[in-house]
Amino acid sequence: MTDALEIIDLHAKIEEREILKGLSLTIRKGEVHAIMGPNGSGKSTLANTIAGNPKYTVTAGQILMKGNNLLELDVDARARQGLFLAFQYPCEVPGVRMSNFLRLACNARAGKELEVMEFYDKLEKKMKFLDIDDAFMKRYLNEGFSGGEKKRHEILQMMMLEPEFAVMDETDSGLDIDALKVVSRGVNELRGPNLGVLIITHYERILRYIQPDFIHILVDGKIVKSGGRELAGHLEEHGYDWVIGDKSMGVSA
Amino acid sequence: MTTPSPELARGPYKEGFHDDLKTIHSVPKGLSHSVVDYMCDVKGEPAWMREFRHRSLDIFLKTELPAWLPGLRDLDYDAITYYLSPVNKSSRKWEDVPEEIRRTYDKLGIAKEEQKLLGGLGAQIDSEMAYHNIQDSLSKKGVVFLSCDEGMKQYPEIFREHFATAIPPEDNKFAALNSAFWSGGSFVYIPKGVKCDIPLSVYFRINAEQFGQFERTLIIVEDDAFCHYVEGCSAPVYTTHSLHAAVVEIFVKNRARCRYTTIQNWSTDVYNLVTKRAMVSSKGVMEWVDGNLGSKRTVKYPSCYLIGEGAHGEVLSLASADKGMWQDAGAKMVFMAPNCTARINSKSISGHGGRASYRGLVQVRGEAPNCRVQVNCDALILDSNSRSDTYPVMEIDGELVTVEHEASVSSVSDEQLFYLTSRGIKKEDAISMIVNGFIEPIVKELPMEFAVEINRLINLQMEGSVG
Repeated sequence: MTDALEIIDLHAKIEEREILKGLSLTIRKGEVHAIMGPNGSGKSTLANTIAGNPKYTVTAGQILMKGNNLLELDVDARARQGLFLAFQYPCEVPGVRMSNFLRLACNARAGKELEVMEFYDKLEKKMKFLDIDDAFMKRYLNEGFSGGEKKRHEILQMMMLEPEFAVMDETDSGLDIDALKVVSRGVNELRGPNLGVLIITHYERILRYIQPDFIHILVDGKIVKSGGRELAGHLEEHGYDWVIGDKSMGVSA
Repeated sequence: MTTPSPELARGPYKEGFHDDLKTIHSVPKGLSHSVVDYMCDVKGEPAWMREFRHRSLDIFLKTELPAWLPGLRDLDYDAITYYLSPVNKSSRKWEDVPEEIRRTYDKLGIAKEEQKLLGGLGAQIDSEMAYHNIQDSLSKKGVVFLSCDEGMKQYPEIFREHFATAIPPEDNKFAALNSAFWSGGSFVYIPKGVKCDIPLSVYFRINAEQFGQFERTLIIVEDDAFCHYVEGCSAPVYTTHSLHAAVVEIFVKNRARCRYTTIQNWSTDVYNLVTKRAMVSSKGVMEWVDGNLGSKRTVKYPSCYLIGEGAHGEVLSLASADKGMWQDAGAKMVFMAPNCTARINSKSISGHGGRASYRGLVQVRGEAPNCRVQVNCDALILDSNSRSDTYPVMEIDGELVTVEHEASVSSVSDEQLFYLTSRGIKKEDAISMIVNGFIEPIVKELPMEFAVEINRLINLQMEGSVG
């Protein structure tokens, strides 16, 4: 058994349109990977497919988590086994209190009813760490939240659920610099030998705050270039045209 | 979204059992004037009531069902027993209730302990009240809480002054039916200025098969007084039909306030055709909290007639239509005096092929200027086999009237399900969360114990919602 999230030659489609066309990537625990790519390259499809969004269909390839076939599991079972997706657009669920939702989610992840006091102690600490106001917990799930509040809350969930592998789908989009700093603080706090992270982003900006170990460039459903942090700077300077124009680099993941 | 499998609809209905109870009074099946006479004889009623009952039966027989009220074709009036009782008196002590009936109530959890939270408790089985009691502290203040039959005997003047004045037998076919065969229900009288802070509660049980329960409730809340009345109900699961046609008349006097909470949980054998109306005097407040979670067919629109200046009416309506159910619920607000206000807040859920309708009337008469009414009705449809309809009627003659009406229809969205399940929450629990979230604005206005009961019943219906 490998302590990793392994994506092997993944093909996936939405509504008969193939988006991922043979993507391979291995994220070991302790590593932070970033996937960058232009619009339409398949970034969100990758995030949704890993989490198991039923809108997307896997047509070929494999995803293994800790050696287990993730594709055989329902969305909720993947999460209980330690996968977490930070949503690009977290959705609103009216009438469901944040505290209630978080407690149910934590119980599900733990596989048992957690001590209520213990849960609230932990919650309070994490909220303080992320500068989240107490009143937040009495609000309904994401309802009427600003973009920044929603993202901050995604990170709070991640801190509470303590995943083994986290996929962050364009968490930086639409965030002002202060919110971005808070979100990054959360991820950096979690970073360590027990967590593998995949950051999916369009912009290099977030990578200044969460420094990845590896960067991959996604174009047209495939990883066309992989490397270290220096890739980000290169992209910033030259844009995606630089890789799109030079397909000869091929897949080097 | 996924279509749920219909055979899994509605979780276990734990109230669906029936007990073999010895019958003390009963009549042959079907409607007749001789049944009316039998009832009057057994009950020892005054002549005016006998005459009223006979007249009501004639009205029933002459009255057509309204054209807008479909779905009652299977109802066979001749297959029903109109009066039947396993008890011959209403006891004030729980120990005096026949043991076999106590066992029924024990199974339903209407245990004696519940009295501690209540100002009074009543328990009706089939046609008669088996138990009716009120805390001494309340009766010392002059609060009266009796079965309706006892109310007529012990307080004949107050009774006759109000009875059938809010809902005369001519009002509708089922009000006429109730007027002819009424039995049981509550008589509540709250004297001037008395605040009855703890709820008075009554539980209605149908045990017999192919039976008609026609309880009648009369509540009089005098000037500046307050009361909260709560009713619950259940019935066994048979393969035949039963009928429940209640009439509830409430008089909220000047500056008084009354809250009437219903948690209707009939089995899907029961036709539930109920008329509820409150006459609200100057600056009085009437609040109906109407939870319809069971029955085969419910037809019920709690009403407030705002007859005094500055009166306020409120209906919080919650309907959940599961497999085999059609909830035709709603509210009526009739403005008959200046400066009155009202609010209707309705939420319905339909799933497993169930059907929920909101039917509402807002009528502002010419003599009612400067009134304000706000109507919200939201429907949640769980699957493509289920249905929701809205029939709002507004008749506005008054001047300077403000009417707000908002309606929405939604379904459990795939996005919401994906989001919740991606946090490890099982799909079934996720649907439950979404549904409970939907009704939260109404449930949060209920006292804790009723909120818990409503959530429990809704969650039972959600069981098996995943295909």
